Amino acid sequence: MIEITDLHKSFGPKVVLNGVNLSIAKGESMVIIGGSGTGKSVLIKCIIGLVKPDSGLIMVNGKDATKGDRDEFLEQFGMLFQGGALFDSLSVWQNVAFRLLRGPHKRSKEEAREIAIEKLRRVGLRPDVADLFPAELSGGMQKRVGLARAIAANPAIIFFDEPTTGLDPIMSGVINELVREIVVEMGATAMTITHDMSSVRAIADKVAMIHNGVVQWTGPIGEMDNSGDPYLDQFINARAEGPIEAVR
Amino acid sequence: MFILSWFFGFLAAVGRSFTALLAAIGRISFFMATAVSHVFRPPLYPRELGQQLLQIGYFSLPVVGLTAIFTGGALALQIYSGGSRFNAESVVPSIVAIGMVRELGPVLGGLMVAGRVSSSIAAEMGTMRVTEQIDALTTLSTNPIKYLVVPRLLAATLAMPVLVFIGDTLGILGGYLVGTQRLGFNAAAYLKNTWDFLEAEDIVSSLTKAAVFGFIVALMGCYHGYNSGRGAQGVGRATINAVVSASVLILAANYMLTEVFFSS
Repeated sequence: MIEITDLHKSFGPKVVLNGVNLSIAKGESMVIIGGSGTGKSVLIKCIIGLVKPDSGLIMVNGKDATKGDRDEFLEQFGMLFQGGALFDSLSVWQNVAFRLLRGPHKRSKEEAREIAIEKLRRVGLRPDVADLFPAELSGGMQKRVGLARAIAANPAIIFFDEPTTGLDPIMSGVINELVREIVVEMGATAMTITHDMSSVRAIADKVAMIHNGVVQWTGPIGEMDNSGDPYLDQFINARAEGPIEAVR
Repeated sequence: MFILSWFFGFLAAVGRSFTALLAAIGRISFFMATAVSHVFRPPLYPRELGQQLLQIGYFSLPVVGLTAIFTGGALALQIYSGGSRFNAESVVPSIVAIGMVRELGPVLGGLMVAGRVSSSIAAEMGTMRVTEQIDALTTLSTNPIKYLVVPRLLAATLAMPVLVFIGDTLGILGGYLVGTQRLGFNAAAYLKNTWDFLEAEDIVSSLTKAAVFGFIVALMGCYHGYNSGRGAQGVGRATINAVVSASVLILAANYMLTEVFFSS
């Protein structure tokens, strides 16, 4: 479904992606791990077209991601941003129904609101939240609204950028469960970036670790603990000593 | 030897600044061309345009109106005091009218709106950039230039002439009030003098300047906000750059438009 071949991206002299190769099958939940500044977010942004790669190939459903109709391409995706990225000037339901109120598949206001409330309910929020504004919500609620927005148009591919950052452990657990349930229920292909190992274990079918701009290790979640890869071992066991320098 | 190396260092610094200036002009021109091209391509967002007309036009009215009325009053006092040195007090109504409509109305209105609107657009869009809201728009199949920039550019370009027209009128009213209440002018004669001296070209130039200034205000706010750096500092810098560049460009554009309209 998503096939990344020899992807390179630099910002000035700083090489961020240095030949990333990665394959994600349809309906699979891939979690990308790696230290801060190793290019995980850049990788996702390259796939979705927010950042232009220097070279390499990104194929989504057999089509080159950099060519063809952009709107049609983006319709396949939903994305939960790290900070929620909710639009301050719009109410919660308008945020969730943003895509449904515009574009070629535009619905009536009433229908869009109904779908938004249903999606809010799906992520555990009551209908009375619909008319609040993002600034009136807690961090956990904002994440849920962001999740509801990501799934509002039933996308085939969902990206989660650090879905549990800034949340307490209980709320992190709730979001992890929601992400997993929704991915399974929708049959969507998911790609999640996280540092949170409890998220990795809750969400992943497969794991890929990025280090020094390349995929250092990739494999099923069941093999992660016994991979024998010293980089992955150091990272998942949160050890200061090992091949990854603690100070970058 | 030291002087020579200092001289080459100085030349290099000047060259770097000049290259940076050209690069900035290129980036702004490209941004402007992209935004303007989207004005003529659907979809347009009428709801966002309406909101921006309200924000930029209606809510700027008190600032522009108060600025104009006090400027008109002060202008009347200054012209009266200056004119009395060579017995030309009677020119107060005509100079107030021409001064307000040709120059002070559009320029001061433009500068006030630059302070209020450019900063607000830059801060809002800068925050949207920093909090990934602009990226989120893209992932939701919405072009951020079309959704955020075009309505602001259109609203400012359309609202400024209306604002300046009201400002011009209030400025003349300020002069009229000071002239009749403080300086002892006859009300009917004051109005007649004002009306007789104003020409259609004055009003056309005023409204044209206003539309151009509105475009500049929104363009600078959008450009700096859209390309804001990271964090609170980045947004703060974007806001300052937006106001300063909009103000300088308004004054430069004012000179050029005055040349175009009145050089003959």
